[in-house]
Amino acid sequence: MWQLIGIELNKVFLRRRSYIGFLALFMLVTILQVAMYVEGQTFINLMIQNLKNTFVLEGNLLNGYFVSFLLMNSLWVLLPFLVTFVAGDSIAGEAHAGTLRLLLTRPVSRTQVIIAKFTTSLLYTLLLVIFLMLISLGISTLIFGTGDLVVYSKTLNIFPERVVLPRFFMAFGYAFLGMAVVTSLAFMLSTMTNNAIGPIIGTMALVIGFTIITNLRLVAFETLRKFLFTTYIGSWTLFFDYEPDWSQIRFSILVCLVHILVFFGAGLFVFKRKDILT
Amino acid sequence: MLDVSPFNPNTHRILNSETYIEVKDLKKRFGKIQAVNGLGFSIFKGDIFGFLGPNGAGKSTTIRILLSLVKPDSGTVSIFSLPLEKNRTAILSRIGAMVEEPRFYEYLSAYKNLEMLGKLSGKNVSHSQIMQALTLTGIEERHESPVKTFSQGMKQRLGIAQAIVHDPDLLILDEPANGLDPRGLRDIREVILRLNREFGKTILISSHILKEIEQIAGRMIIINKGAKVVEGNVHELLNASEFILRIEVSAVAKAFELISKAFKQLEPAIDPDDRIIMRVSRKDIPLINKLMAEHDIDVFSLTPVNSLEQYFLDKT
Repeated sequence: MWQLIGIELNKVFLRRRSYIGFLALFMLVTILQVAMYVEGQTFINLMIQNLKNTFVLEGNLLNGYFVSFLLMNSLWVLLPFLVTFVAGDSIAGEAHAGTLRLLLTRPVSRTQVIIAKFTTSLLYTLLLVIFLMLISLGISTLIFGTGDLVVYSKTLNIFPERVVLPRFFMAFGYAFLGMAVVTSLAFMLSTMTNNAIGPIIGTMALVIGFTIITNLRLVAFETLRKFLFTTYIGSWTLFFDYEPDWSQIRFSILVCLVHILVFFGAGLFVFKRKDILT
Repeated sequence: MLDVSPFNPNTHRILNSETYIEVKDLKKRFGKIQAVNGLGFSIFKGDIFGFLGPNGAGKSTTIRILLSLVKPDSGTVSIFSLPLEKNRTAILSRIGAMVEEPRFYEYLSAYKNLEMLGKLSGKNVSHSQIMQALTLTGIEERHESPVKTFSQGMKQRLGIAQAIVHDPDLLILDEPANGLDPRGLRDIREVILRLNREFGKTILISSHILKEIEQIAGRMIIINKGAKVVEGNVHELLNASEFILRIEVSAVAKAFELISKAFKQLEPAIDPDDRIIMRVSRKDIPLINKLMAEHDIDVFSLTPVNSLEQYFLDKT
């Protein structure tokens, strides 16, 4: 199994297009960091304008943590697109290219193949999230330094510097879980078609559609919203509430895990019964 | 239906040879299309077994079933005397396969593709084994080139290389000669014959190039509409059949008169190039030659035309 995972990782990382996601993230983060370097102070002043009348705020508020939080908020919508490219291509891309039959005429079980491919897709997603963390948190703190974090999450919260990093690590950890749900969805759809475009577009359509339903605070969608994964995959923001609602976080984690298992299980079910005709 | 199966005493096959593939009453339907319809055949250790049929006859579907890529609706497949369904992994570890047009990870080199596929075969495939497979198929000089730079012919060769890299006992080659030029065809034919004679591989080869089967295979099956038309020894099938004979002689009119009188039932005719053509059995050829000699007619050539092709067309 480890050998199979190694081979799958080789296949992903020896292909140039796998780096598009990393390149896109790097470019966008750099652009946003430059923009914050130029206009960040104005942005901060605007945000704390009202507070300044009441409180005396000292220290470096335009710091790496603040920039990193802004980057996470801004790039959150982009990540699902990037993780979908590899997961959606995983089975369907190989079916389309005709290499799936090459793989399945070897003495490896279909279950092994799908576990290896799924693990590889999750590892790719994990690496993408870690990469985002490194370039947003790492480079931003190098450029802007550190300090207390001022964020607006439901209300304006100010976190002392000493508690900020653990919050970020937990938020990125949850971000991976959220992206793992999207990865699993793309992977499941990938087992159902013989062309990678289908799962990629299908996943994005579902993510966008469900996100719209999640964000439209209509009573009609109230019940439905509880069952949509899009309600939970963005719950990393809960870690930036001053007093995080741990029961809500635990529930969100559980919902994400259930979605991952269901999507993977459905993909396995389909793939094991699939006739390879391409 | 002509039966020259191994159990027929008229065949030349060694009767107690080990059965490598045994297919019984295989059926597979895709929607309204019955791709395979009650197909059955046997392949024995050491065979080069030709798998013939027109396009859409069910050859590729059958091969995909043998490789567990497609699940049959009914019927049984045993390979190396083991039921395929319950012993898939064990069986596939002893098989090398090329299914239709060979596809590879185009961004990887030929060597890297073989290394990766070798690892997946559950055997420790060494560097020398990979190079041996590449040398045998004549592409060793390009082993570091990405597959995307390969011609169709080179991909076909690499397709055979990946099938043999892990030293399997049984090779299943689906249309291995597709897209090859005459030299490529000859080279692939020689590789297949070497694999059988020198390395003792049992080979199932499907082809729509009938001449290929005639030149390579010892036994064959012809299928049509998913069902067996005939199975048996290639030479016996050929000898048992009739074919078109083209005769070039010095005195065409006289020869035609003599042949028409002696072989009226064979319906001889003269083609636009002044050659006599007629449908004959193999045994008729020396009689025609003798008849010409007895009447002092010079025979320039007696040429069978598309023997197996004619046979194939007759049967499908």
